[in-house]
Formats: sequence, structure tokens, C-alpha cells
Amino acid sequence: MTEKMTDWKRKDLLGIEELSAEEIELILQTADSFKEISSRPVKKVPTLRGKTIVLFFFEPSTRTRSSFELAAKRLSADTLSITKSSSSIQKGETLKDTIKNIEAMQVDVIILRHSSSGAHHILAPQVTPSIINAGDGCHEHPTQALLDMFTIKEKKGKIKGLKVTILGDIAHSRVARSNIWGLKKMGAEVTICGPKTLLPRDIDKMGVKVTTCLAEALKGADVVNILRIQKERQQVGLFPSLREYASEFGVSREKLDKYAKKDILIMHPGPINRGIEITPDVADGKYSVILDQVTNGIAIRMAVLYLVSQAGISEQQE
Amino acid sequence: MSLLIKNGRVVDAKNKQDGVFDILVEGAKISKIAKNIVSKDDNVFDAKGMLVVPGLIDLHVHLREPGYEYKETILSGSQAAARGGFTSICCMPNTNPVIDNQGVVDFVFAESKKAGLVNVFPVGAITKGLKGEDLADIADMKESGVVALSDDGYEVASAALLRMAMEYASMFDLPIIAHCEDKELSSGGVMNEGYMSTVLGLKGIPRVAEITMVSRDIELARFTGTKLHIAHVSCKESVALIKKAKKEGVKVTSECCPHHFSLTEEAVEQYDTNTKVNPPLRTKEDVEAIKKGLKDGTIDCIATDHAPHSISEKDTEYDLAPFGIIGSETALGLVMTELVDKGILSIEQVVEKMALNPARVIGQDKGYLSEGGCADITIIDPKQEWVVEKDGFVSKSSNSPFIGKTLTGQVMATIVSGKIVFEKS
Ligand SMILES: [Zn+2]
Repeated sequence: MTEKMTDWKRKDLLGIEELSAEEIELILQTADSFKEISSRPVKKVPTLRGKTIVLFFFEPSTRTRSSFELAAKRLSADTLSITKSSSSIQKGETLKDTIKNIEAMQVDVIILRHSSSGAHHILAPQVTPSIINAGDGCHEHPTQALLDMFTIKEKKGKIKGLKVTILGDIAHSRVARSNIWGLKKMGAEVTICGPKTLLPRDIDKMGVKVTTCLAEALKGADVVNILRIQKERQQVGLFPSLREYASEFGVSREKLDKYAKKDILIMHPGPINRGIEITPDVADGKYSVILDQVTNGIAIRMAVLYLVSQAGISEQQE
Repeated sequence: MSLLIKNGRVVDAKNKQDGVFDILVEGAKISKIAKNIVSKDDNVFDAKGMLVVPGLIDLHVHLREPGYEYKETILSGSQAAARGGFTSICCMPNTNPVIDNQGVVDFVFAESKKAGLVNVFPVGAITKGLKGEDLADIADMKESGVVALSDDGYEVASAALLRMAMEYASMFDLPIIAHCEDKELSSGGVMNEGYMSTVLGLKGIPRVAEITMVSRDIELARFTGTKLHIAHVSCKESVALIKKAKKEGVKVTSECCPHHFSLTEEAVEQYDTNTKVNPPLRTKEDVEAIKKGLKDGTIDCIATDHAPHSISEKDTEYDLAPFGIIGSETALGLVMTELVDKGILSIEQVVEKMALNPARVIGQDKGYLSEGGCADITIIDPKQEWVVEKDGFVSKSSNSPFIGKTLTGQVMATIVSGKIVFEKS
């Protein structure tokens, strides 16, 4: 394993689009070796002792932020969490100035979530600390896609050749985009499904099958990744009602029994709207790996933090 | 005071002239165009190997003054225009206060006179405050000298109000310059809606936002008989609609911008906010259609939509940055590099689209080189290569997606009313 580690050259993790299949594989393998740490009685290794990691979340997030924070702590890094309301952004400071100020405090890694697509891509080349994208607008959410792929591989033994369906609000989903890039690179067949109003234009050019029929999307699928439907989408007229969404695109036990393979994996990046995109019996049922995703998220984030920190060290030594 | 321009290749679209001639300028007029003019004066410009063409006219610039002098002023915008080879520019009314009354029109004329560089022709607002509610003081503004009417930046959303505006404007023979964009369809969008916006996770501006309004405005122009000039055409469907309307006799003209024939949506890939412009950069097919439209005459004019913004405004997240690209200083280079060198347009066609036709749209007796005519002249070295540099602009702003690009074709001198207002050192 230690030999492979040296393959990682990137200061930042901005998205899946720019990664190679080998780099994705390296992260998954690294996560695999870190996963065991979290099951120990003392869940801590000294790997990143002395490193400072800043969690900077411009959008509310409990799940991703706590997952990153635990990952950092289990690697013995010092962490500082800043939210939009506690930052100077509220006082009119620009994102760039805020990040430059954090950089001046000589931190090693900045984990950033921001509502503007591309915010990270503009900033990363301008600062020394590693930037890890914890979600940028509707663009990418790389660690989510990595933990999804990790979970698929763990449960199915492989990714290559699998049929994976991503279901729901594709247009506004960074999880969907990161998953599409990652799964395609790893050799899966990807189908996307959702109401036409929530499928972005020309998405087929990303190399995915597109359907608006849930039955078709479920048939033959090895995995279905169900995206959270945000209630405000209905208010702007993207679909008539949550009831209609649930009946057309909600995944229920009944629909699974009727159309899906017996060993289909049900995934969801959370938080779940029970009874809308997924019924409770499916969320809690035997096909569901939703909680495994949460567990694996920590291992993936430990791996990413480790790899970008390593890249920094070797760069400095050169 | 006289000036003799020697041995340049004189190209004029109106007189269908193309050959090596000397031009003698006396006072503000051209007194003679002939071979081997001998002048007793020794004020001679050696234009050997250069193009000597009618002064370029830009129908679409944003000078930002009054109100946004940190982005550009009438002076700095005039300097940028002069450097770009423009002898006349039309400034859009979205200043603060808006050019919607005589006072602001008079102010623009006064400031441009003070600058003393290029001719500045204000475009008056169609509606008060560009709000799309009540007609601006159109007769008053005409009296003060506006050359056209536009709510540029906005469409007049109400078709009923635009119809009134067209009928009213036709009394004064003022063309309506239409910014074709259905703001509901484009709402929240920051780039072209298509594959790139999907990949980048940026909200798209669908092409129908432009097309539906081009179509509506053409029908209103047909109905009212008013002159309609479609600004910054960006979609292939718009080109087709204009072509058809022209064939059917509608009094419609159009312009396109250099960035819309030089770049596609792919330029947005690195989230460079200098690529954020409205209408947005479109696809390869659109670029091809615009080039074809230029070639076949559907698109009459090339205008810059010079839209300066300060560095701090553009140095931000893509969705927060303002729309706009500066264009005065790169237009000619882009036209030469992307259109002339690639065989799309001849020099004569360039002269037509950057001088003669724009003059006709705004009803000015300019845009050609004739004895006795006005001495607005641009001298160009068509072979000189230069690199667009961030610090090289004379505009107050530098929001250009072409920084770093090598262009062929350099403006060597700009002459307005017989006076050299820019000379390349
Ligand atoms: Zn406009």
C-alpha cells in the first residue's frame, strides 16, 4: 500500500471529472485500509498529528461536515469549523479574502462547501493549503461519489460492468454529476432518471442513458442511487406536487418487487424525505445500504485528507 | 492644417474602391484621393503596406458615465475606442442616471466634446429608467441628438408598450435597437444552456430566451413599419429569422459581437468570469451561423458591446460576477484574425460592417471615404501581430477573455475630423 501512496500528486481534490480511474482506485484502496481504524476501541491514529484542517461550510450541512470532522480527528489533526454566519462574509468580505485570511493562519487543508459552482476551482490555484471540495453549487461533490463507489464495491465486489441508476433531481445535483464521472471512469453503465424538468440539457453527452420512466430505470439495475428532492423545487413549478412526484418517481417496496432485481442496492446521499423519493420500508429495508454509506464516508474522507497531505509533503521536499 | 496619407491601400465599400492611393486631408474634410499627391505641407503619414479605411463606427458601447466612473468614463472609453480604430461610438443608456432625458444626453455630448477624441452618439432609453413602464422623453432626446433608442440590457417586456415605442420613434426616424432576451426564460442563468452548463453545474440561459424575442420584435417591426436593429445576435435561429424577415421586406438590421464569433461556451470551462457575457457565448454551430450570416449579409454590422467592469467585480464566483466583456481595443484584431485571415470576410466587407452599415443604421453621413467627405479615417497594419495583455488596455477595465491571445491586425492611427486622435508608437 505505501508504495501506491506516492502516486497521488494533487494538492487539491476539486472534482471527480479530472481524476483518472487509477487515482479513484487509489483513494478507494486507501479508504479500505483506514476503515478498520473506526472499528477499534481507540479510534485514532497519529497520521496527521500537527496538521491544521479548517472546515468552511457556506451552506448548512450536518452530515458532510461531521463526517469530515471525525475523519480529521481520527487522523489526529487539529480542526477548526467556520460557518457562513460565523465568518466575515457576513460583514461583506469576499470569499477570496476570507480564504486568504485563513491561509495566512498557516493551515494545511481547507475543506470548503460553497453554493457557487466553480468557487473552488477559481480559488485553489491561488492558495497554498489543499482545498477539498465538500460541494460546490450544482457542480461536484467528489467525496460523496467516492463513498458511494466505495460502498458499491464493498457490497458488489466490483464496479466495472454494473448497471447503476441515479434517480431524481439530476439538474440541481452535484452528487449526480460526481457519480456520473466516477462510475463511468470505473466502467459502470449509468442510467439517469427523473422528471424531464429536472434533467439538465444535453446530459446524454456525458455518456449516460436517459429515461423518464422509473420502471425502465429500475429494470436490470444493480444499484439505484436515489437523490433527495428539495421541496422548494416544487414551488418554482418544476413538478406539480410532491404527491405526484412520489407516485411517479418515488421508490416503494411495491415498485421494487415489480421491476427490480432481487439483489438491487438502494443508496441515498441523505437526508431522506421519507414518503417522497423513498418509502420508509425501502429506506430501512433489506436492500438499503444508506447507513453503510455514512460509515464509509468517514473512511473515504480520512483517505482523501491523508492523500492530499502527503502530496503537500513530497512537494515541499522536492 | 493638412495631412497627407501616402501609399496606403485605400478600401472603401461605398465607392467600391480598393487600391493604393494617397489621401489629402484639409481641415476636417478629405480634399483629394488620388495617386501621387504632392503636398507643400510636410505633415505626411507613410501608410505603405497599410490599410486606409473609413473610420470605424461602433454601434454598441457602454461608457458607464454618469454613475459608474470606476468602470469607465466618457474620456477613457473614448481613448479605448480611438486605440481600437473607432472614430464614432454609440453609447448605451444604462448609466446612472439613465439616458432617458435631454439633460443626460446634453451631458454626454458635453463630456465627449471635452474628451475631444471620437464622436460619441448617445442612444436614448425607450422607457424611463429602463423600467419598461413609461416612454422616455423621446422627442426631447431626438432634439438633443440621440441617434437611436434602446433599453439595452433589458427587453421591453410588454409587446404593447414596444409597439407604442416603435410607432412613436418612427415619427423621428429613430431606429429601435433591441436587446432580445425574455427575462423569464433567462432568469438566473449565467451561461449558455447546454452540455457545458450541465457539466459545470451553472444555470443556463436557454437559446429560446433570445429567439422568441427576435421573432416577436421582427413581427412588431413588420406591423409598425419601424426600423429595428437587433443587437448582439448570438443564436443561429436568430440569424435565420433575420434573414427571412429581410427577404420579406421588414426594415430590420442586425449586429454581432467579436466574442460571439471568436469563442464558444467551452471558454467557460475554467470558470473565468471574463467569459460571462449576455447574451452568453454559445456553441460551435452558432459561431458558424454567425459567420455565415456576416458573409451573406444577414448580419449588417460588427459591434463590440464594450462592457467594462472593475477587477474586483469580476474577481468573484462565476454566478456572482456581472455580465460583460470589453471589446473596443480587441475588435479589429479579432475581426482580422477570425474573419479576414480565415477567408470569411474581405477587407471591403469589413469596411461595410464596421463603418458604412453602422453609419446607415444611425443615419449619419459617415462610413466612407470620398473627396469632400468627412475625414474620419482608420489606418491599419493588417500583418502586425500583437498579444492582448491585461495591463495593456487603455480602458479603465480589463475584463477580456482574450488576454494572452495573439491577434493579427493592429490599428496604427485613428483620425477624427482630420485630427490624429490615436497613433501607435
Ligand atoms: Zn444588450
